[in-house]
Amino acid sequence: MGTAFVTPYVVFIAAVFAFPLVYAVWLSFHDYFFAAPGAAVDRPFVGLDNYATVLSDPAVRQAFGNIVVFLVINVPLTVALSLLLATALNKAIHGRIFFRVSYFVPYVTASVAVVGVWLFLFSSGGLVNQILGPLAPDPSWLVNSTLAMPTIALFVTWKQLGFFILLYLAALQNVPKELYESASVDGANTWQSFRSVTLPGVRPATVLVVLLAIITGANLFTEPYLLTGGGGPNGASASPVLIMYQLGIEQGQPDVAAAIGVILVIGVLIIALINRRLVGGGE
Amino acid sequence: MLALVLGAFVFLFPFYYMIIGSLQTEPDPTLAGALPDPGNLTLDNYRDINAQVNLGRTLINSGIFTGGVLLGTVLFGAMAGYALAQLRFRGRGTVFGLALLVQVVPFQLLIIPLYVLITRSYGMADSYLGMILPFAINSVAVIIFRQYFLQLPAEMFDAARIDGASELAIMRRIALPLIRPALLTAVLLTFIGPWNEFLWPFLITKQADLQPLAVALANYISNVSSRAANPAGAILAGACVLAAPAVALFLLSQRSFVSADLGSGVKG
Repeated sequence: MGTAFVTPYVVFIAAVFAFPLVYAVWLSFHDYFFAAPGAAVDRPFVGLDNYATVLSDPAVRQAFGNIVVFLVINVPLTVALSLLLATALNKAIHGRIFFRVSYFVPYVTASVAVVGVWLFLFSSGGLVNQILGPLAPDPSWLVNSTLAMPTIALFVTWKQLGFFILLYLAALQNVPKELYESASVDGANTWQSFRSVTLPGVRPATVLVVLLAIITGANLFTEPYLLTGGGGPNGASASPVLIMYQLGIEQGQPDVAAAIGVILVIGVLIIALINRRLVGGGE
Repeated sequence: MLALVLGAFVFLFPFYYMIIGSLQTEPDPTLAGALPDPGNLTLDNYRDINAQVNLGRTLINSGIFTGGVLLGTVLFGAMAGYALAQLRFRGRGTVFGLALLVQVVPFQLLIIPLYVLITRSYGMADSYLGMILPFAINSVAVIIFRQYFLQLPAEMFDAARIDGASELAIMRRIALPLIRPALLTAVLLTFIGPWNEFLWPFLITKQADLQPLAVALANYISNVSSRAANPAGAILAGACVLAAPAVALFLLSQRSFVSADLGSGVKG
């Protein structure tokens, strides 16, 4: 009976995840191009050719470099801010529901919708630059090759933070209260008890938060596509998925694009393992 | 407390600004423009965006796309969650492991093979089915369902089984009503996926009359038309229309949306 109940789900996973995953690897080792429907075409095995093409393409290397910039800004900011706000929220007596709801609103809203506001806020003559006055960067945020990627990292941090706050909030509620009491008996101040009780207590949540933030970074598409008008200026904010789209679908080279995807997923798995080792501790 | 208030301001201000901006006759990016000015208010931006992207049609498309995913998830996802929690069968651990593993595979990685398969092999380009298929059963929802069904004692169902009720009837009539809060959480999480999704429907719909609102609005943003009198206002008006249903559903269901549920749901 149980088997019958899970069959639709298993078929779905096989069709939408397992098979495409294998197919992505197959594509990346063959010469594949879009042919007229029904036409019999030869798709020869080309070994690592597609990978060689990808790795020697400066645009692809730049995109992977951009993701590193993105992660260096996004991950620490996400961990620090969501832990800070979750700790404050955990202690708050009044307005907990209000705060929780307001932090979560960006998460439930479509990127396409909030990108519209950020475009308006961060444009050359936008509100942010009006407030900064002479301190406003020139060229402005989204068209500045140094600032475009950091602005995207900031946008994604803002958009996703509510979800991570909820994860930390759940983890904080599982930290035994007695540990805080014994810390204060031992004369620990707020900062010391935060370091020796809270931080180790939420370590499993931190592993998860870092992993999910990395997956978000690997998935980046809508923001560089819309916020910086297709990864501009000059590819300074292009992401690997954006390049996959441009190469695979706009330029009709799905084999090369599939190779980028395979590299990306291997990269995510490696970083996830390192993250588990480093932050995971005894978990 | 200061951090909380500051945080709330940073999170909510862009939404307030979105609404104000969508109502301005002339875009006013100055500090004073952040306050409503009765002399500069209009609904014209909503008319403009509607002329450009046909809000009615695109909202219906978003609704069909999202509705299909919700149907698949509530029907088959709840069944899978129920079986994983309450029924014994071979491979149960493997299926649960799969549901967890799926979260780690970046979906975007699969767009190339999925695009080739769905548009070429299955011939489902420019169709609602092709749009829905990759999202048809939300794995996070499956995990949330399992988590909640696990909390129901197995003895509860034994009486019904002795009475000869089918497993499907037990799940629908006894188990599902008991986990209503989880159902709401799962529905909200499932809803925001396809409603907000941009890349996939963008890839497979070339016909404008099939595009969901997120795609139509994104196309409008990326080649900002000079035809609208106030493009920023029109974009923000479209953004308000796109954001409103998800935010409204969230506000309605936030009571059941307890932080702990989400945490356990994701941690598995």
